[in-house]
Amino acid sequence: MGNDLVVPAIVAVTLVTVAIGFYGLRLARTTSDFLVASRVVSPTWNAAAIGGEYLSAASFLGVAGLILKYGVDVLWYPVGFAAGYLALLLFVAAPLRRSGAFTLPDFCELRLGSRRLRTLATVFVIFIGWLYLVPQLQGAGLTLATLAGSPYPVGALVVAAVVTANVALGGMRAVTFVQAFQYWLKLTALAVPAIFLALQWQADGRPAVTPPDGATFRTATTVVVEQRAVLTLSDGQTLEVRPGDELSFAEGEPVPEVSGVANGAADWLLPSDAGSDDRGLFGTYSLILATFLGTMGLPHVLVRFYTNPDGAAARRTTLVVLALVGVFYLLPTIYGVLGRIYTPQLLVTGQTDAVVVLLPEAALGAGTTGRLLAALVAAGAFAAFLSTSSGLLTSVAGVISTDVLGRGSVRGFRLATVIAGVVPTVLALNVSGLDVSQVVGLAFAVAASSFCPLLVLGIWWRGLTDAGAAAGILVGGGAAVASVLVTVLGPALTGWPATLIAQPAAWTVPLAFTVMIAVSLATRRRAPTDIGRTMLRLHAPDALHS
Amino acid sequence: MAAEDAPPAPRRPDPAGTPDATAGSGPPARTRVVLAEVSRRSRWPAGTHTELTQQTRVGEALVRGLVRAQLALALQLSAVVMVGLGGLPWLFAIAPSVGRMTVLGVNLPWLLLGVLSFPFLVAVGWTYVRLAERNEQDFTDLVQRPER
Repeated sequence: MGNDLVVPAIVAVTLVTVAIGFYGLRLARTTSDFLVASRVVSPTWNAAAIGGEYLSAASFLGVAGLILKYGVDVLWYPVGFAAGYLALLLFVAAPLRRSGAFTLPDFCELRLGSRRLRTLATVFVIFIGWLYLVPQLQGAGLTLATLAGSPYPVGALVVAAVVTANVALGGMRAVTFVQAFQYWLKLTALAVPAIFLALQWQADGRPAVTPPDGATFRTATTVVVEQRAVLTLSDGQTLEVRPGDELSFAEGEPVPEVSGVANGAADWLLPSDAGSDDRGLFGTYSLILATFLGTMGLPHVLVRFYTNPDGAAARRTTLVVLALVGVFYLLPTIYGVLGRIYTPQLLVTGQTDAVVVLLPEAALGAGTTGRLLAALVAAGAFAAFLSTSSGLLTSVAGVISTDVLGRGSVRGFRLATVIAGVVPTVLALNVSGLDVSQVVGLAFAVAASSFCPLLVLGIWWRGLTDAGAAAGILVGGGAAVASVLVTVLGPALTGWPATLIAQPAAWTVPLAFTVMIAVSLATRRRAPTDIGRTMLRLHAPDALHS
Repeated sequence: MAAEDAPPAPRRPDPAGTPDATAGSGPPARTRVVLAEVSRRSRWPAGTHTELTQQTRVGEALVRGLVRAQLALALQLSAVVMVGLGGLPWLFAIAPSVGRMTVLGVNLPWLLLGVLSFPFLVAVGWTYVRLAERNEQDFTDLVQRPER
């Protein structure tokens, strides 16, 4: 891709990120400044920062790629990512802020007074944080490789280095400004090209998204295959392709059917049916459960709540976040749908995640407009990698500095940041074959099966005990972690086992809740004696506190 | 962050105090925050708060009532979402003809999921914030009444 504007755009985003980081650095002085931005961040800034931190590579690139590939069934990803904030608002936001807990391990200790539970929560926070960081760094490597032709490790290393330095030097105060800026950058970077794309589609005479005779190539296209697949050509002939194979298609030639992709109009356009596609339906519900309930268990999301002045502000901030995130998620669908018309070759190469960055030039041509828009989208994608990685790194480093290193100093936090940054970088450089969106989905499933029950029951049920919480996290979260490991490292499965392992939330979340409640009831004597006081602290209106 | 590890202050749950203690020798700017807390504190009669924190039977019942009201509200609104959104895959599965309906040339599932679900979620969230704040106001009024 010979777009000479992409690299300057990415450099500009990185420089602005670092510059805002240093602006924040002048203000960050004490440990509490570093970790919680001194709780003087205004709700609007905070909401934009939460949105900026939340919209990761999976949202910016992955959702559009999935829609291009699978159609209507994966619209549940953006809906679920947004609805997660509603679940957070309904069950967690205000009480969590009032609890005064800064991290999940803090919450465990405040609510249940158990050091051992705190350690267990620490392990899960670090696991989820790293599981979520690896695909961000990979996404950066793949984007830079696609757009600028650099080797894969360059993008991953650039993002890892910038983010680690920024978090270590500026802490969360700086990160708050950076994140808020990056929300608006990401929204602009998708919205402006989307307007141009829609106008271009009008000007082209509104070509059908699912033409009755199947999709065709609009221009002569040469495709380099990146993933193994079986193609079914228009004359019914099948062809097995391997990475590196080159295929040429003439203008107007039909797009071959690709194995493992929603090809036909009906398959892509319509939801799964009962009877014929029960596993698809199970997968949909599992996805809904994981995304709705997983958001509240993501470590970088919870840390943000401490920067609200009180519980009522936490609630209002969450509502603003829900609106901001909802506006953003209107956009990836447009890219996924138009990608069906302008970049059908991505279905053949398997690189559907690249649809957002390739679509502007594919639809508008390689003129100045197309290249400028492509550079804007690339800048937005880089903002997504930088902001989510910063948030994750801040929270993992916070937990490591508090619970593993056991120091409260600024230097301890910096050391923890370096440790927290190096491990996922090494992993990202060594496992380039993982699928970005799937790993992110698994991180949600683990969070939904471990921290969601802990938070919901801890906030609303007096009967929760430390033993019950630990058992629930170990069994539910453990089952989800095992599913992750089998998916990533294990043998390829087929049929129901594959579905149950690939989308585990529908059975691991109820399992975690059941075990947590049952063990708590069995160990009733261990319930904290000061529960009345804790409930008062969590639920009494803010004006009555103090 | 040694202070984060300490158990919560028993009498006066004051989350603001915890991280301040970690700051060590904080700059003068910190003092202002503390003073603001003190001035806010004085707005409330001492007796009200003591009644709640001293775990009297009345205080306990009041808090239980508030928690129950807030939980009921959260559960009711999640039921709205569960029916409104969670019912869609099931509806599309058992009645495929619904999925084939088009509005303005767009298939209904795309319109419902891709566009309308987001304002729906925001509307539910907005309702929750309003009603939850009303519950809290009721609670505050109830707690204050004996003093007035």
